[in-house]
Amino acid sequence: MSRKKDNYDSSHWLKFKKWINGDVDLLAQGMEAWMPGQETTGADHSNSSRPGNQRLEIYEAIREEELKNLPIFAKGFDKSVAHGLDFFRKAYRFMSVLLCAGIIAVLLWTVSYLPIFGNAGNPDNNEVSARYIEKGLQETGAVNIVTGMILDYRAFDTFGESCVLFIASCCVLVLLRIDAASKDETTKKRRKEAAYDRLYEPKNDIILQKCACLLVPIILIFGIYIVLNGHLSPGGGFSGGAVLGSGLILYLNAFGFKKTERFFTEKVYRRMTLCALTFYCLAKSYSFFTGANHLDSGIPLGTPGAILSSGLILPLNICVGLVVACTMYAFYTLFRKGGM
Amino acid sequence: MSFVQNFPFFSIIIAMFSGILSSVLSGKKARNLSLAAIGITGVMSAAVLAFCVRTGESYTYMMGHFPAPWGNEIRAGVLEGLTALLFEIVMFLAVIGGLKYTAADVEESKQNLFYIMIDLMLSSLLALVYTNDLFTAYVFVEINTIAGCGLIMIRQKGRSLSSAIRYMILSQLGSGLFLIGLSLLYDVTGHLLMSPAKEAVAVIEAAGSYEVPMLVITAVVSVGLGIKSGLYPFHYWIPDTYGYATPTASAILSGLVSKGYIFLLIKIFYRVLGRENVVASHIVNVLFIFGVAGMILGSVHAIAEKDTRRMIAYSSVAQIGYIYMGIGLGTEAGMVAAVFHIFTHSATKALLFISAVGLYEVSGNKKDYLSLRGAGNRNPLAGVGFLVGSLSMVGFPMLAGFISKLLFATSALQSPHKMFITLIALAVSTVLNAVYFLRLVITLYRPTPTEEEHETVKKAVVRKSSWNLRLAIWCFIVLNVILGMFSQPIVNAISNGLMMFE
Amino acid sequence: MLQHMLLNMEETASVILFGIGFTILLLHQNLIKKIMGMNIMDTAVYLFLAAKGYINGRMVPIVVDGIQDVSAYINPVPSGLVLTGIVVSVSTTALMLALTIRLYERYGSLDLDQILLRVKEDERT
Repeated sequence: MSRKKDNYDSSHWLKFKKWINGDVDLLAQGMEAWMPGQETTGADHSNSSRPGNQRLEIYEAIREEELKNLPIFAKGFDKSVAHGLDFFRKAYRFMSVLLCAGIIAVLLWTVSYLPIFGNAGNPDNNEVSARYIEKGLQETGAVNIVTGMILDYRAFDTFGESCVLFIASCCVLVLLRIDAASKDETTKKRRKEAAYDRLYEPKNDIILQKCACLLVPIILIFGIYIVLNGHLSPGGGFSGGAVLGSGLILYLNAFGFKKTERFFTEKVYRRMTLCALTFYCLAKSYSFFTGANHLDSGIPLGTPGAILSSGLILPLNICVGLVVACTMYAFYTLFRKGGM
Repeated sequence: MSFVQNFPFFSIIIAMFSGILSSVLSGKKARNLSLAAIGITGVMSAAVLAFCVRTGESYTYMMGHFPAPWGNEIRAGVLEGLTALLFEIVMFLAVIGGLKYTAADVEESKQNLFYIMIDLMLSSLLALVYTNDLFTAYVFVEINTIAGCGLIMIRQKGRSLSSAIRYMILSQLGSGLFLIGLSLLYDVTGHLLMSPAKEAVAVIEAAGSYEVPMLVITAVVSVGLGIKSGLYPFHYWIPDTYGYATPTASAILSGLVSKGYIFLLIKIFYRVLGRENVVASHIVNVLFIFGVAGMILGSVHAIAEKDTRRMIAYSSVAQIGYIYMGIGLGTEAGMVAAVFHIFTHSATKALLFISAVGLYEVSGNKKDYLSLRGAGNRNPLAGVGFLVGSLSMVGFPMLAGFISKLLFATSALQSPHKMFITLIALAVSTVLNAVYFLRLVITLYRPTPTEEEHETVKKAVVRKSSWNLRLAIWCFIVLNVILGMFSQPIVNAISNGLMMFE
Repeated sequence: MLQHMLLNMEETASVILFGIGFTILLLHQNLIKKIMGMNIMDTAVYLFLAAKGYINGRMVPIVVDGIQDVSAYINPVPSGLVLTGIVVSVSTTALMLALTIRLYERYGSLDLDQILLRVKEDERT
C-alpha cells in the first residue's frame, strides 16, 4: 500500500491532475530562456529577474487600478478576473481540452461522410483532372503534369504565391533589418548584439569547412538540376530554390559572413528578386492578356521531354527558383544578424 | 471583347507590379508610385463599373489560355466595380491624409517597405473583390493578412508589436479554418472555380448526399472569415491593432481589410454555396446572433474606453456586428443593407481615424478624451470631420449611417422571426453609439479651458493641419454626404450586383 | 460510421492533427508553441489534400512513355494546391518567428501573457 503511495507522488496521473488544476504546466518547463546578460544590461526591464509571485502582485495592482478607472456598470465584466488568476487558468485549460475535442469531433463527423480514400469514382476525379492528364502534355508541353498545372493552367495562384513570399520577406526586413543610420534606442541595442554574434561565429572549424567544400557544390548543382528539370521530373522552382538556399546557408555557416558578402549583399538580393519577379509579372501578364483576348501567344512549346521545351514554364521556374533561394538565404541572415 | 474588360486584371497586376518595383525605390518615389497606382486603378474600376452598368451584365475574364473549369478566372460586375472603386477612394484618401504621420512613424530607410505593403494590400483587396476562384481567394487572403500585419508592426513603438502578433495568431486561425473548408469543398464538389462549384453544389443538394459535409463547410468557411474580419467573440485583436498603428494603417485596416473578407464571404455565399442553402442550414442564424452580440457589447466596451482611438476601434466591432446581422437576416434586402453598410463603414471609420489625428495635433498628441476638450475649436475642420463621422455612425439623417440603419430596419420587417430582435438591437445600439460619440463630440466643443488645460493648449502648436490632411477630411465628408444623399442609385446598383451574383 | 473512418484513415488522422494544431495556436501561451501549432494545422490540411488526390494503384502524374490515360495517374490538382499552400505557410511562419524574435528582445519572454503584462508595465512607466 505504501509503495503504491510512493509511486503515486511521481505518477503521471498526479501530474495530470495537477495540470488540470493549473498547479504546474507540464509543457512550459525549460522554454522560458533568458538572454545572457539580460539581468545586467536590461535596465529597461529591471523586473525581468523578479520571481513570479512578485510579478503576479504587479499584475494584481494593474488590475485593481484598471477596475478603479472603469465606469461602474462595466465593473461587472472584470470581476471574475480580479477574483484570481487561478480559477481563470483552470477554466482556460478545461476549455482548451474541450475545444480541441469539439473541433476534432465535428471534423471526424464530417470525415465519416466524405468519399472513400483512394477511390477512382470520387467527385474530385472529374473532367478537370482528366483534361490535365490527357491534354496537359500537348497544351503546356510539360511532362510533369503538376508543374504544367501550377505554372500554366492555374498560374495566377502561383503568381500570388510568389507575392506572398515577397511580402513576407519585406515584413521580415521591416522587423529585423538593422539600419546603420537609425537612431532608435532598441535598434542600437540590437546592432550591438549582432556584432556580438559575429565574434562567436565559427570561423575556422576545419571539419565543417572540409565537409562544406565537398557538400556545397553538390547541393548547389542538385538545386540547379531540380530547378531546370521542373517540367520534366518531380521538383520545380520552389523545391529547387529551397535546396539552393540551404546550400548557401551551409556555405555561410562554414566560411562566415565575410566570404559570402563578397558575392551576396542586400543590393544583389534586391536586384535579383526585382528582376525575377518583374520577369515573372511581365511574362504572365502577357500570357494572361493574350489568353483572355483569344490571341495566339506565339511562344513555342518545343518537343515534350526536351530540356528546352514547354514554353514559359522553364524561365518561370528559374525565376521562382531565384526568388526562393534568395528569400531563404535572406531569412537566415536576417534572423541571424539583422542584415545581409 | 471590349478593351475595358481587361481593366480588372490590369488593376490587380498594376498594384502588384508597383509593389515589386517599390522594393528598389526610395521612400518618396515609392510613395508617389503607390499613389499613382491607387489613382490609376481607381479610374479603371470606375470604367469597369460604367461598362457593367451600361451593358447591364457581368462577365468573366480568363486568366490564361484555358476556359472555366480548367484555368483561373476573375469576374467583374456592377457590385465588384462599385466596391473596388470605393475601396480605392478610401485607400487613396487614407494614404494622403496620413502622409505626415507615416513619414514620422516609419523609419526613414523603411519608408519604401511601407508603400510595398500598401500596394500589395491594394492588389489583394482587388483580387478578393474580383476573384472567381476559391483557391486564388485563399492565396490573396494570405497576402492581405501579411500586408495587414506589416502595416501594423511597421511603427515598432508601444503596443504595435504585441498587437501585430495577436492579429497574426487570430488571422492564422481564420485562414486555417478557411483552408480546411476549401479542401472539404473541393473534396465533395471537385471544383475550385466558383461557377462550376456552384453547379456541383446544386447537384449535391438536389441528390441530398453529403449533407453533413456541406453544413460543416458552410460553418467553417463562415467562421474562418468571421474571425478574420473581427466578428464579435473573436474581436480582441481589434482595439490594440487599430489603436496603436500609424493613422493611415488604422484607417485602412478598419475601413478596408475586414471588409474585403466580408465581401468574399458574401461572394462565396452567393456564388458557391447558394444563398438558399446557407439560409436553410441555419448558419446565418449563428452569424445573426454573433452580429447582434457584437453590436451591443462592442458599444458597451467603447463606452468604457477612455483612449479615443481604442474607442473608435471598439465602435468598429459594433459596426461589423451590424454587417453580420444584415447577412444573418438571410433575406435579399438584408444582404443589400449589409453591403451598403460595408460602404458606409469604410467611408465613415476612415474619416473618424483621419480627423481624430487632426484633433490630437492640437491637444499635445494626447489621445484620452479629457485632453481633447475644446479641440474642436482649435482645429475647426478636424472637429467638423469628427462631428460628421460621429453623426453618421449614430444615424443622423442625410448622412450615410442613416441610410444603412434605415435599410437594416426595413429589411428586418421582411423576416418575421428576427424582426423583433433586430429592431430592439438597432435601437439599443443606436442609443449606445449616441452615448459615446456625442459625449466625445460635446467634449470637443466644450470651451472654458481651465488652468492646466491652458498649458496643454499652449504646448500644442496651434495651427492649421497640413494641406493633405485637410484635403482628406474634406473628401471624406463629401463622400459621406454623397452616400447619404444619393443613396438610391447606389442601393439599386448593389441589389443589381447581388442579382448578378446568382 | 467507425468503419467509414477507418477506410478514410488518412483523412481521420489529418483532422485530428488539425484540431490539435488549431487548439495549440488558439490557446497555448508560448509563442514558439503557437507557431508549432500553426504549422501542425497547415500540415494537417496538406495531408488531407494529398490523401484526397490519391487513387489506389495509380502513378504520380508525370507522363511516362507517352501514356496519357486518365486511369494511369492520380489526380494532379491537390498536389498543386499543396505546393502553393506550403509556400504560404513558410512565409507566415517566417513572419511570426521574426515577430517573436522582436518581442523576445524587447520584453524578455516568450509567454504571451507575460508580454502583454510587460506592455502594460511599460505604459505605466
